[in-house]
Amino acid sequence: MLTRETTQAPYELTKADKRFVGAHLVVAVLALSIGSLFGPLQAFEWSGLDLYGLLEPIGLGDYYKGLTLHGVLNALVWTTFFITGFLTLTTIIGLRRDLKYPMLNRVGFYTMVVGLVMAGVAILGGWATVLYTFYPPLEASWAFYLGLTLVVVGSWIEGYGFFFTYYEWRKENPAVRTPFIAFAGLITMAMWQIATLGVATEILTMLLPKAIGLTNGTDPMLGRTFFWFTGHPLVYFWLLPAYLSWYGMLPKQAGGKLFSDSLARLAFWLFLLLSVPVGFHHQFVDPGIPVGWKAIHASLTYGVAFPSLLTLFTVVASLEYAGRKRGGKGLFGWIRALPWSNPGVSAQLLAGILFMFGGIGGITNASYNINLVVHNTAWIPGHFHLTVATAVTLSFMGISYWLVPYLTGKPLWKPKLAVLQTWTWFVGMLIFSNAMHVLGLLGAPRRTPLGEAPYVPDEWGGHLFRMSLGGAILLIGVILYVVIVVRTALQKERLPEEARVEVPIAESRFHPQLTPLWLDRWRPWIVGTILLILIAYGPQLVEQIANAEYSSPGFSP
Amino acid sequence: MSELMPGPEEGMDAATSHHDPYERRWMGVSIGILLTFALSVAITGFALGFQVPGDHARVDPRTVADTPPWDRPGLVEVGDGEYEVYMLARQYLYEPNQITVPAGSTVTFYVTSVDVQHGFKLQDTNVNMQVVPGHVSKLTADFDRPGEFP
Repeated sequence: MLTRETTQAPYELTKADKRFVGAHLVVAVLALSIGSLFGPLQAFEWSGLDLYGLLEPIGLGDYYKGLTLHGVLNALVWTTFFITGFLTLTTIIGLRRDLKYPMLNRVGFYTMVVGLVMAGVAILGGWATVLYTFYPPLEASWAFYLGLTLVVVGSWIEGYGFFFTYYEWRKENPAVRTPFIAFAGLITMAMWQIATLGVATEILTMLLPKAIGLTNGTDPMLGRTFFWFTGHPLVYFWLLPAYLSWYGMLPKQAGGKLFSDSLARLAFWLFLLLSVPVGFHHQFVDPGIPVGWKAIHASLTYGVAFPSLLTLFTVVASLEYAGRKRGGKGLFGWIRALPWSNPGVSAQLLAGILFMFGGIGGITNASYNINLVVHNTAWIPGHFHLTVATAVTLSFMGISYWLVPYLTGKPLWKPKLAVLQTWTWFVGMLIFSNAMHVLGLLGAPRRTPLGEAPYVPDEWGGHLFRMSLGGAILLIGVILYVVIVVRTALQKERLPEEARVEVPIAESRFHPQLTPLWLDRWRPWIVGTILLILIAYGPQLVEQIANAEYSSPGFSP
Repeated sequence: MSELMPGPEEGMDAATSHHDPYERRWMGVSIGILLTFALSVAITGFALGFQVPGDHARVDPRTVADTPPWDRPGLVEVGDGEYEVYMLARQYLYEPNQITVPAGSTVTFYVTSVDVQHGFKLQDTNVNMQVVPGHVSKLTADFDRPGEFP
């Protein structure tokens, strides 16, 4: 029997490309190591232990500066650099050809690095204490806005590099279904290019002109609309590479196959179609947007929950297939039979388990009037610590456990410790995020140094303590992760030739050529996406832009 | 890439390649769940009146504190058991920061900001609004039982 596995030798990245992908990881891990230190500091402050005072001598004593660093470095930098690096690999390996214009992708990467340095200096200098949403009329230095713009533009350029490469591949392979890992990465990048138009418009037409003194004010409401045009699909930009791994790699790592290639592809197309026209569900309690438009976005948000539910089915079915193949019996026996001792697997399984709660919370947030209960409370950061900080971050940690050995040709340093690390993250986040959700329901506001607040009732006390306990465990988890990947990369020992790590690529149960052609056609989906955005956003954007009043003076904390 | 076979793997039943019966059922269940949610939200929001704030009015954040009615923020009785509150948000307080009405009153909040964005929430009520400079956030709540709503 012929399968792709037996007919195709694994495709290898060149040495130069391994270094290039590795450079993305170095920046990502560096950002995570610094940004994560400020997470527990926030949690400790809430429970009454203010360690910011100790950081005063080095200029990091400000609660909101710490919160800005935590949000920007963890949610924006760690993710974006990891993702662009990872998608470089999935494009090359998936399409089995080198990048069409390797220099173009290098230009993109260094543009991102320059932008990161500019934004980083602005935040550390105290010229951009505006949190990672930088809502006007909070005003940051021009260097912060220009830096963020360069990071986004750099990621666009890297995306162009993927698209050119795909175009070449398609010319060489007119009748072949796009290999799944390349397909999923390309959709992620296409979605990102469309989505970031919102924040690019906000920065270039409103925030940057104000910061360099060309205008006297901003329209904060219009700024929010532009921001959330990008803000929600940003969540999917983080998630889809994790989904790529759950669908396209994890089944292989677990010893099975992808349950359904066509359902996996359908889910990715639906994410492209529905990620953007749902942004108002972050603005349910905003003034300036009629309730009818909010309701339309609420309905579309239920639409984007559909591919998430498909993902739940296909990923769990693929894992069950693997577990039964490994001898697992009974209703739940297959779960035990999965290779939990492989840290790359345990990380993604644990990430998936917590993400189910994240998904339920996400539907709660999106449920229009129910949002009134949770908006602007600690529930919200509790929620996104399950999504971006677990489903995404813990999966990326798991990916690193094969990716770093693959890129360096060195064995993973202490695999058992790495398994323990994944559990540390899981347990820490379980405690932390549950406490935050409960605090939110009790009315605790987000983005507030509660340690100084006079109104904290006694009933919050236990939950605030659990939050800082979870934060402490997570701090141990992130330190372990950084130590493991750094020790792996820096050790002298090399893997022998026959034990080289390969990129795990899951086969589908059925040959991808059986997947219907309409699931491998770009044009109808792109046209549909643009049309849906025009319908869901067009009239409100025209109205809000036409009525814009740039009357809010800036406030620099 | 010629290694990629154009046809199905040997021994594979092409007819079952898509839409496993469980897949179909799961899709049906998913759509059912989501439609139920959407319907509940539509009924409670638009028929029963548990509504989110909408578009109300614009103001100039530079002058609003000197413009009636926000030049004298506070509570106004506009009818029998009906009140309006004009509120200003600024770092780090609300004016007024406490109001008292008899149980059974209906209160409409008109809140705007003189500086940055603020979050306005009354615990144990459905009042939760983003307060954005340049706009007036408006929401009405019935206080039909006595209590404190911080």
